[in-house]
Parts: sequence; C-alpha cells; structure tokens
Amino acid sequence: MATEVHAAEGATGYIIHHLTPLHAGEGFWTLHLDTLFFSAILGGLFIWFFKMAAEKATSGVPGLVQNFAEMLIEFVDNQVKDSFHGHSKLIAPLALTIFCWVFLFNFMDLFPVDILPLIGSMMGIEYLRVVPSTDLNATFAMSISVFCLIIFYSIKIKGPWGFAKELMFQPFGPWLLPFNLLLKLVEEIAKPISLALRLFGNLYAGELIFILIALLPWYIQPILSFPWAIFHILIITLQAFIFMVLTIVYLSMAHEDH
Amino acid sequence: MSINATLIGQMITFALLVWFTMKYIWPPLFDSLEERKKKIADGLAAAERGQEEILLAEKRAKGVLKEAKEQSSEIVTLAQKRANEIVEESKDAAKKEGDRLIVAAKAQIEQEIQQAKEGLRQEVADLALSAAEQILGAEIDKAKHQDIISKVSNQLG
Repeated sequence: MATEVHAAEGATGYIIHHLTPLHAGEGFWTLHLDTLFFSAILGGLFIWFFKMAAEKATSGVPGLVQNFAEMLIEFVDNQVKDSFHGHSKLIAPLALTIFCWVFLFNFMDLFPVDILPLIGSMMGIEYLRVVPSTDLNATFAMSISVFCLIIFYSIKIKGPWGFAKELMFQPFGPWLLPFNLLLKLVEEIAKPISLALRLFGNLYAGELIFILIALLPWYIQPILSFPWAIFHILIITLQAFIFMVLTIVYLSMAHEDH
Repeated sequence: MSINATLIGQMITFALLVWFTMKYIWPPLFDSLEERKKKIADGLAAAERGQEEILLAEKRAKGVLKEAKEQSSEIVTLAQKRANEIVEESKDAAKKEGDRLIVAAKAQIEQEIQQAKEGLRQEVADLALSAAEQILGAEIDKAKHQDIISKVSNQLG
C-alpha cells in the first residue's frame, strides 16, 4: 500500500519509508521478512540467554547470568501466583516468554531510528522496520495464540457444556440468553484484539515520534529524543508487563469454574 | 499494516518459543530456585538447632563446673583435716621421743653421778689414807685401824 506513495520525497516519504516493512509475496501471502527475522533473532537471544542460565543452574551460589534469569523467573512466578490459583505447567513459562519477547521487541525501538535501516540499505535492503511490535502481525500472533489457549482451557476445565452455559446464561440468567451470548462473545473477542492493539498502538506511536524527531534539525534532536527515549524505557517495560499480566489474568479466568 | 501470512509465521515462532521455555528453561531454573529455598530453610533450621544445643551445652558445662568446684572444696577440706591430723600425730610422736630422750639422759646422768661419786669416794679415801699415813707415819698400822678408816671413808661417802 505504501509503494505508490513512496515516490513522494521529503518528510512524508521519509516517514512512509520507515514504516514500510521489508516484504515478499502478494496479498495475504505477503511475508514481512523484517518482522519475522528480528522476532526470530530476539526469540533466539531470549532462548540463548535463559538456556545458558538453565544449564548452569545450581541451588548453590548463583552466578551473574543465573541471578538475572532467576530474578525474572521469580518476578514472573510472583505475578502468576498472585492471579492464578490453579496448577498449570504452561502459564508461567508462557508468561515469561511473553514478557521477555515483547520486551525485546520493544527494546528495538531504542536503537536510533536510522541506524539499522542504514546498515540494511548498505547491504541492499531497501525497507527495514526493526521493531517487530510495530507490526500488527507480531502482536496479533501472540494475542491470537493466547486467545486459542483461553478457549482451549475454558473447554478443558469447564467442559464444552459448561463453557457454553457460561456463554449463554451469564451474567443475566437464562431469560436473556441472546443478550448474554452477544455480551460474552464481544467480551471474549475483545481480549485478543485489545491485547494486540494496545501493544501495537503504543509502540507504533512511540516509533512514529522517534521518526518525527529524526526529521528535525540535528541540534534539536537530542533535546527531544533523549527524554522521549528515557520515557520509552518505561513504556516498553510497562507494555511487556501489561501483556504478560493480562495473559495470566485471562488464562486464570478461563480456569475458574463459576 | 495489513494482516497477512506473517501472522502465521509469528504464531509458529511464538509456539516454538513457549514450548522451548516450558520444556527446557522454566523447570531447571525454577527447580534450582526451589531447591535453594529449601536449602536455606534447612540451614536456618540447623542454625536454630545449633543455638539450642549451645544453650544446652552451656547449661551442662555450668553443672559440671559447679560439681567440680564442690568436689575440689571437699578435697581441700579433707586434705586440711588430714594435715592437721598428721601435725598432731607428729607432735605426739615428737613429745614421746623427747620424753624418752629426757628419761634416758636423766638415767645416764644418774649413772654418771653414781660413777663420779664412787670415784670421788675412792679418791677421797685414798687421799685421806695417804694424808693420815703422812701425818701418822709408820705409827698407824693399816690393818689395826682398818675399821676406823672404813668408818671415815663411809662418812665421806
């Protein structure tokens, strides 16, 4: 959609260039190669770090890597314990993965907006969008996966009939069945959409502001980009945290039998 | 900005990451955490036990010390008593020995006095005799006046 506008030079062209992903394929079968590449690299980084910690894990005095990994593990475990009262082997690792992956996605936002695309263009890559969470596909991939887990656990814990009853008879009792159903369906579907759009919106807006700051003269840029980057450190962590906590909360709601 | 096949790719990556974390990352790290928690709890319990044992041992040590003190003072008392006895005994023995020595010395003195007396008597008798002999010269016959001489010597004795 952006290719035809790309001819436009100046500020608009710069912005659009920055927001156009490196893509291949046509229509639905388009692949955003940069999103796939960076998210895989970041996922690999996450796995590599934690695998290193896990291999050296001892119950004795922990090393630096293990200490950091354990800090995150305990942090996630506390969050899970706070809102989820059942027993599940999946939820805590899922939450940890989400938190770290989303955080790393968002962290890419703190690289100077031009540096990676510049390196890319030197290697002959025309478009490069380095922050995977500014791609709706990346955020929806996670939220839809979480949504599938919500449905799966709802049916598994409450049984198909129990889940259907919950959809039909709550919150207003059997006499308002269609209304209940509509309300519940909207509620359920709103979960993945809000998860994905919240993260996407925050990061897309943040990235856009970095791009806009980059358009200003060089002597003004640091005055604006420095505070924004500092503020962004808070935002990227907060967004990762929100995504994780909401996932835990949604899954614990799926586990609760009324 | 459109939703496309990237979504599927991302979902596969996500599923792989979650699976890997669940299988190989969470359990060892979490177990090591739990194990350390247990170790620390055990260590604290052991420390508490140790403290209690120290208190008990101190109490025991105090008892032993007290007993030892009592025993030692008893021993000292006994020893003093025994020493007194020994001193008394030796005093008695010394007194007896002294008495014995005194008696023996007295007897010896008596004997020596007797001997001296005997000697002196003899000498005086001899002296008297020789004096009388010198005075009387040949007039006095020793045999004739034997009874007078012995009377005199008896008076001298």
